[in-house]
Amino acid sequence: MFDLDKWQEITAALKKNKLRTILTGLGVMFGILILVTLLGIGRGFQNNIQSSLGNFATNSTVFWVEKTTKAYKGLPRNRSYLFTNDDLEVLKRSIPELQDIAPDINGWSGNATNNTFREDKKGNFRIKGTSPEMNNVNPVEVTAGRFINQNDLKEFRKVITIGPRVQELMFEKDEDPIGQYLKVNGIYFRIIGTIKPLSRNMGMRDDVLQMPFTTLQQLYNQGDKFRVFLATAKVGESVADLEDKIFEILARRHSIHPDDRQAIGNFNIAKMFNKIFGLFNSIGFLFWVIGFGVLLTGIIGVSNIMHVVVKERTKELGIKRAIGARPREVVGQIINEAVFLTTFAGFWGLVLGVLIVEGIGKITEGDPNPQILNPYVDINVAFIALGVLVLFGVLAGLLPAQRAIRIKPVDALRYE
Amino acid sequence: MIRLQNIHKSYITGTNKLHVLKGIDLHIKEGELVSIMGSSGSGKSTLLNILGLLDNHDEGAYTLNQEEIKAMSETKAAKLRNNLLGFVFQSFNLISFKNAMENVALPLYYQKVARKKRNKTALEYLDKMGLKDWAEHMPNELSGGQKQRVAIARSIITQPKIILADEPTGALDSATSVEVMNLLKEINQSGITVIIVTHENDIAHMTDRIINLKDGRIESIIENNKINSKETIKIPQE
Repeated sequence: MFDLDKWQEITAALKKNKLRTILTGLGVMFGILILVTLLGIGRGFQNNIQSSLGNFATNSTVFWVEKTTKAYKGLPRNRSYLFTNDDLEVLKRSIPELQDIAPDINGWSGNATNNTFREDKKGNFRIKGTSPEMNNVNPVEVTAGRFINQNDLKEFRKVITIGPRVQELMFEKDEDPIGQYLKVNGIYFRIIGTIKPLSRNMGMRDDVLQMPFTTLQQLYNQGDKFRVFLATAKVGESVADLEDKIFEILARRHSIHPDDRQAIGNFNIAKMFNKIFGLFNSIGFLFWVIGFGVLLTGIIGVSNIMHVVVKERTKELGIKRAIGARPREVVGQIINEAVFLTTFAGFWGLVLGVLIVEGIGKITEGDPNPQILNPYVDINVAFIALGVLVLFGVLAGLLPAQRAIRIKPVDALRYE
Repeated sequence: MIRLQNIHKSYITGTNKLHVLKGIDLHIKEGELVSIMGSSGSGKSTLLNILGLLDNHDEGAYTLNQEEIKAMSETKAAKLRNNLLGFVFQSFNLISFKNAMENVALPLYYQKVARKKRNKTALEYLDKMGLKDWAEHMPNELSGGQKQRVAIARSIITQPKIILADEPTGALDSATSVEVMNLLKEINQSGITVIIVTHENDIAHMTDRIINLKDGRIESIIENNKINSKETIKIPQE
């Protein structure tokens, strides 16, 4: 490795035509740079999507009320209806595959005016009615205190959990919000916990206020009605089958025609998740293909140049063979040069690529709604890329080297 | 040391077949100083290349140092060239990006001799050639005679048994030519077989034996110490 003669050979050959060497090296450098940058950005996209999907249950489905499109049992079409809390109990009781079911109710957010007050502080926050079941479907992390429980629901307690943005705006840094009160739409609520959303689905954001959905129904005079609910299937059960069963029961309870699927809005989230994951796998694959293609172009450039170099140095190689260089040594020398060129250029491409990806990370860091989140270059990918470079360097040198030893020494010596 | 029996060699260029050597029988003993003479196209360089394992023969038997040379792998040939043979060329064939000392030391590199040791040995050999002060100079900073002396030092550094010189004085003026020939003679006197290819009469006459080639055949062999008597000219048997 640290054989001075070997390095002298390598540098002498590469220095002979500096511009050519640099241009060839640039080909490899850009190849690896583009590969690394694409993979880093791809990772950033994926991180962004994953953080917005978060820990949202993947085997879930969402239902919402629509208007009937078929007349049924003497009732007209185009009729409105609402889900009731009793629906939840019936569904829970009659469908064994059902894991969790939770209404998703949004409170009045005050039309962008301030809806929440405390002493001299005020803010406009999202109000959501929730339940312990909801926390299994669209989860939050409880950072202090506790989450809303069944007793809160049963007793219509005026308790809330608050997101980090709420805490930031309504409390000083050294204040403990647990046990304090917030005035929300004119009513005082006791804070029982601070939370952090683990997904950004179904309107879940950092500026959320969660209260028991029964409390929310009562305070806003919604009785026991609601418009949207989420449900998850038990592990191993089909979400599509679960949807069919839920529809059947709800149709019966709300006098909806058994064929009127459009009367109850429904979206299979599990299917969407699969599509998104599939999409990202495809994009990731595409990035690999593109980056690899560009890299390959660079490597072919190296092989090309090595061909020219070997041709130019035919006579020199002939002299060396006359004084005792074995084929292995001739081939080794040419491969050394190719590997050195690709690895050296590739190393700088890798370094530049990592810097670019980190730069993108720095730029997008402060963005509250980023398209790319925490892009980074996997250290394994970097090593694989370097390994591939060395391997390709060997291949790039191998063909020209074979040519160098195929001609007879006497012909090599005569070559001008 | 060298025994050739009925050596044939032809080159195929396109559709033409050029029969260069048409049956060479030759025996060169250890320690001889021999020249191969002939006009251009007589096959003398081809013969030297075959002797030097730089080219292969088509037909016949070649025995070098008691070893039959036939369909030899390039690795084996390289090893023999390195250990047994030394080359001196008309155009010197020094490596342009290595200085005189590194050029001389190169054959030892292929014998895996450590760098310090081979550079030390190379300096000794350069000293013998009177070129010690030029050790760090690059080939393009040397005169023709100096280059050839560097090349000779390179050819003998592995202490070979045979030196093959292809027109060693072809690119040199007459005074330098004599110097180079004296060096080759000295080398010969140390016991090394020296074979010189030349087309110059006076160079050939400085050797012990002249092998005259014509049209791919040995026309005559002249023993130089009896150059003046005509009957010493031996015509090889057909």
